[in-house]
Amino acid sequence: MRFYEYEARKIVELAGVPVTKYGFCTSAEEARKVAEEIGGPVVIKSQVLTGGRMKAGGVKFADTPEEAAQHAEEILKLEINGHMPRGVLVDPKAEVKQEYYAGVVWDGTAKKPLMLFSDMGGIDIEEVAEKHPEHVGKGHVSNLLPVSDFEAKQVVAATGVTGSQLNRATPVLARLARLFRENDMTLAEINPLAELTDGSFVALDAHMEMEAEAVGRQKKLLRKELGIAEDDTRETYEPSDFEKNVGAIDAADHRGVIQGKDHGFTGNLGLVIGAGGGSLTLTDAVRNQGGQPANYSEIGGNPSVAKACGLAKEVLEKDGVEKIAVMMSIVSNTRVDIVARGVIKACLELGKDPGETIAIFRIPGAWEDEGFKILEKYGVEYCDRSVSMWEAAGRAVSKIQGAPA
Amino acid sequence: MPEQLNKVFIDVEVEDSIRNDAAIAAKLEEVCPVDIYKDAGGAVEIVDSNVDECVLCRLCIEASPPGTVHVKKLYDGTELQ
Repeated sequence: MRFYEYEARKIVELAGVPVTKYGFCTSAEEARKVAEEIGGPVVIKSQVLTGGRMKAGGVKFADTPEEAAQHAEEILKLEINGHMPRGVLVDPKAEVKQEYYAGVVWDGTAKKPLMLFSDMGGIDIEEVAEKHPEHVGKGHVSNLLPVSDFEAKQVVAATGVTGSQLNRATPVLARLARLFRENDMTLAEINPLAELTDGSFVALDAHMEMEAEAVGRQKKLLRKELGIAEDDTRETYEPSDFEKNVGAIDAADHRGVIQGKDHGFTGNLGLVIGAGGGSLTLTDAVRNQGGQPANYSEIGGNPSVAKACGLAKEVLEKDGVEKIAVMMSIVSNTRVDIVARGVIKACLELGKDPGETIAIFRIPGAWEDEGFKILEKYGVEYCDRSVSMWEAAGRAVSKIQGAPA
Repeated sequence: MPEQLNKVFIDVEVEDSIRNDAAIAAKLEEVCPVDIYKDAGGAVEIVDSNVDECVLCRLCIEASPPGTVHVKKLYDGTELQ
């Protein structure tokens, strides 16, 4: 889940990181009042969940409250990359001595949060890491043990920062690491972290992303502290018809679970896959063997025949889909015969030959003997758990590419 | 192209002897987990659109007198005993 800048600023503020005196406004009049309270030059920033604000004219500077109101009025009407702003952030134009970067990201390989610090802030950390790796300090923190200031200090010091700057930046990075863990973030960054002319450090901009699955247990932060409504899901893109249809099929029947995504997928092999992490593994297995998935899906929890059929039909009706692969890992308790009935029925209802349309059926598990009888009757190639997920995916890819399986 | 095909994998039949038995009609509606049977005012009605959902649980067979409910697996030509 992504956050607007004004929310991210609030999150770091709640964690004890100093911020400037900012204000979130939804009207020009509010912006004028906030600029008046700040009492000096301000910057007006569009609050949109997309990048490229500066280039699009969504960030403007103002010397007077009247100018701030005028800019706010313009920015509030300005669409950026298809997004209308939720409001504007009015921020003092800070007297900056130096800009730094402080961030914490989830390192999926190490399965730990990774602290990052750079004395070259204000620009993309990826660019700094590529061109000036000596200016980026890194260090993992534990998932369980408390984050100590000493760990953060080592990361900051690795960039050559010393003295009072080291002492001021250290608690900021340590607090960022703590808020990352406590709030189930996948990304928490302050860029730029500014050293002002008076020597103090403040977060001038912040970017936060929360693990979507954690939303349910972060109600205190989301609902009470930030006032985010329960239905404000912050999807990064408009769901496709395929995604909406699969969602509707799932919602209409309580039995089992199906999900479907096709954002960014343009292949010819439809996937009806699932079970215990099987979907990700199988999608990777298809891709790594040269296959082009038409979608991503998840099916499990003993869906009805109608639900399995509905998912398979949606996949088969996608543009460009030539065949489907029906695969699951072996930890599933989903009944093989029920899914077999569902996907075969989908083919039949669309006037397709199941034997030609289903490239491979690999769902080992409950009632598999019964399922295999159905698959045999319709001439569908199937395999049991003696064939790995990798091999099954490879067979599907070979079949759709016209090579011998 | 048909919108929805029914009874592709399973067929269910009830003998005339129980078709209008109100008690059995109510019992069949109660026990079937996938709503294949409907108590239609004291008569047994088969809901065609649900027949392929049959999970082969045998509860309908156990809830009715022997030999009066037939659950047929069309994919292998056998009948649930």
